[in-house]
Amino acid sequence: MIRVQREDFDVGAELDRLAAGRGSVGGLCAFVGLVRDMSEQRAISVIELEHYPSMTERALERIETQARARWPLDASVVIHRFGRLEPGDRIVLVGTASAHRHAAFEACEFIVDWLKTKAPFWKREHTDAGTRWVEARASDTAALAHWEQGEAAGHDPSNSTRGARKKAAE
Amino acid sequence: MKIVCFAWLREKAGVSEDTVSPPDTVNDVRGLVEWLRAKDPGYADAFEDLSLVRIAVNQEYATLDARLAPGDEIAFFPPVTGG
Repeated sequence: MIRVQREDFDVGAELDRLAAGRGSVGGLCAFVGLVRDMSEQRAISVIELEHYPSMTERALERIETQARARWPLDASVVIHRFGRLEPGDRIVLVGTASAHRHAAFEACEFIVDWLKTKAPFWKREHTDAGTRWVEARASDTAALAHWEQGEAAGHDPSNSTRGARKKAAE
Repeated sequence: MKIVCFAWLREKAGVSEDTVSPPDTVNDVRGLVEWLRAKDPGYADAFEDLSLVRIAVNQEYATLDARLAPGDEIAFFPPVTGG
């Protein structure tokens, strides 16, 4: 499920919803992104998150579909906020539910890495020195490339899930 | 066709939404960028370094080589910083 909203969300309630009525779910994994209070040694008073409304949900739906094709997920949720946020506020929730932990962990990380480099959101920070648009990090692009290389080389990261399960069964 | 711009590209271009009617010779994104640059100093500023510009056509990521048709929505924005 995808939601793009101005309002805050309740992490506990969202994770409960992922498991509700799904007896096959053995584990939930969540990533919650927060607004930091410092940027390059300057105190942040507020950030603004701009997005491209007609593209955002479509882009997030695509990545959720990819994750669910790649890992055996029972359910997933991506909630991303926009608008004006203060330090400590929640920005994003990615939650995954699966029978076993490895699929939930890996799919959650995959979705976060993907949305950091592809979902059309832009942050502007307000500090005592003025405002500035946050610049994209090369390390975020590298994180996504890691998943794409795994796919291209036939080393789908979900293989490690199967490997781990096989070991557990032995 | 409709142009939309976001973040600092919007500020440099001076528009968040723009409806334009380029000549028939403009049939891909590269041609559109060159036409906008020549037409308007705001766009020229926004497109000064194309390595910093990301493109979407009809809400899907695209490249400078993407073909355009009347009625398309072309978005220009910096590398994304959500999450």
